[in-house]
Amino acid sequence: MSKLLNSVSVVVTNKRNLLAYAFLAPALLLLLMFSFWPVLYGSYLSFTDFSLIREVHWVGFANYRALFANDMFLTGLKNSLLFLLVVPFTQLGAISLAVLVNNQLPGIRWFRAAYYVPVVTTVSVVGIMWGFMFHDQGTLNYVLLQLHIIAAPLGWLSDDALALFAVMFVSFWRGLGWYMVMYLAALQSLPAEMQEAAILDGANRWQRFWRITVPMLKPTILVCSIMSVLAALKAYQEVDVLTQGGPMNSTFTALYYAYDQGLKRLKLPRGLAASFVVSLCCMAIAFVCLRWLNPGHRK
Amino acid sequence: MSASINKILRTVSQYGLLSLIAIICIFPFWWTLVVAMSTEGNLFEFPPTFWPRGISMDNFIEAFRVIPILAFYKNSLLITLATVLGKLVVCSLAAYPLSRMQFNGSKLIMGVILATMILPSEVNFLVNFITMTKISLVNTYTAVVLPNIVTAVSILLLKQAFDEVPQDLLDAARVDGASEWVIFYRIVLPLITPWLATVGILTAVEAWNEYIWPSIVISKPEDFPLSAGVLYLRGTYGSSTRVIAAGTILTVAPILVAFLFTQRFFMRGMDGAVK
Repeated sequence: MSKLLNSVSVVVTNKRNLLAYAFLAPALLLLLMFSFWPVLYGSYLSFTDFSLIREVHWVGFANYRALFANDMFLTGLKNSLLFLLVVPFTQLGAISLAVLVNNQLPGIRWFRAAYYVPVVTTVSVVGIMWGFMFHDQGTLNYVLLQLHIIAAPLGWLSDDALALFAVMFVSFWRGLGWYMVMYLAALQSLPAEMQEAAILDGANRWQRFWRITVPMLKPTILVCSIMSVLAALKAYQEVDVLTQGGPMNSTFTALYYAYDQGLKRLKLPRGLAASFVVSLCCMAIAFVCLRWLNPGHRK
Repeated sequence: MSASINKILRTVSQYGLLSLIAIICIFPFWWTLVVAMSTEGNLFEFPPTFWPRGISMDNFIEAFRVIPILAFYKNSLLITLATVLGKLVVCSLAAYPLSRMQFNGSKLIMGVILATMILPSEVNFLVNFITMTKISLVNTYTAVVLPNIVTAVSILLLKQAFDEVPQDLLDAARVDGASEWVIFYRIVLPLITPWLATVGILTAVEAWNEYIWPSIVISKPEDFPLSAGVLYLRGTYGSSTRVIAAGTILTVAPILVAFLFTQRFFMRGMDGAVK
């Protein structure tokens, strides 16, 4: 009897397993094809001389060696590191903005929406619009001239000393609203008592911000900063729509180099090798951040 | 008395700051709209034009004439709808057993899905293009849509939604002999409609905005979605800035209008992500 019950329960479990996997099958299949396969096959291809039209040969580390002998890639790596400058500005800006829009002022909903508009705008449109703004005779130069910040119009996208910073600014402009909403959600889940107690104790706004708000937001700040660091290291879409790497290759980032080689010049293995170097850097940084900055979170 | 003046001053300065930042966020859109609507005056001059002169719709009509904008709209709409539908179906199917069924290997599957979040995905399209060539899907919208249907974030959001459905409902249905499929389809799915809407709207924005992958996998420009087509417009008719501006406005307008009507969904999506 118990044997029978046992086999019945085995059949039932099997049926349930089968059913669960039937539910999961389409998603797993797509993940396998478009998330895992590209990494596996791509890392293999980065060790070959792959092209769509001839036979494939194993070439060992040749692509990687060529990468580090290439000035354009090295410039790209340097620029990707420089891009990290965007992170503190974005995060501090986003926290301040979140605190500002967390006030219950009439019409605040519309301000929040306005700050989020750049986030929902496609990068290609952002590139075209900021191309207008950065024009020699464009609005940005006009405003800066009027404020006497600059003496003559600057070539924001045509001067190789400036272009990367212009690209970085656009990245900042696009990111601000996104992180603001993250911080806003975190702020709204904080208990109000702490703030009230601090007000009773006579703490001013500045003290309350640095001594109470920031420490309580620490977990969110950590998550957002890591996301922001990884996004900065992986920046390339802004480059594509604003400068395409120019002037004089001064705005190449590491991943834009990967994209440019892999897609525009059809040197796929080289592009893949570059992208894996970037990925390895990102994984290492994420690992270090999670491990050392947040030891209490270790499981 | 002085306290109330202080308060007024603070309110004014707050609004001043809020407005300044809002202008920085919105101004590029405004300037582009002004250029698209004007027919007179120089494009780039000091002081710049902040208000349209010689208002007309000519540039928009010209944009419709020189590039197949209607086709771009249709393509964008098709890609967006297919991505949203595909994602809602496939991801909610996947999220349901992860949330509500006990089966062997559930932890492993969860791990596999989470792992995709740390995989280096930036240039997946390099290999995905080879894959699409091999399975002869290049130049189809199927190829544009397929890689974007499943994301770990969507599965996790929907799993969270399923987690919140009371167990009693499921137990009652099982006692009544309802099959797992009927429970999923008839009972649980209708209860998480708000979450489906959230995931759907976030996905729609992403799909509408994506430009790199479609421009790789689609070779004929008239088959591009708007986001890729607008860059094509810049490349081809580089001299006519006003027409480019009109095309740009035509590209962002639908998404901005949609955003203004569905703001709260964006905030809710974030809430889920922060948890």
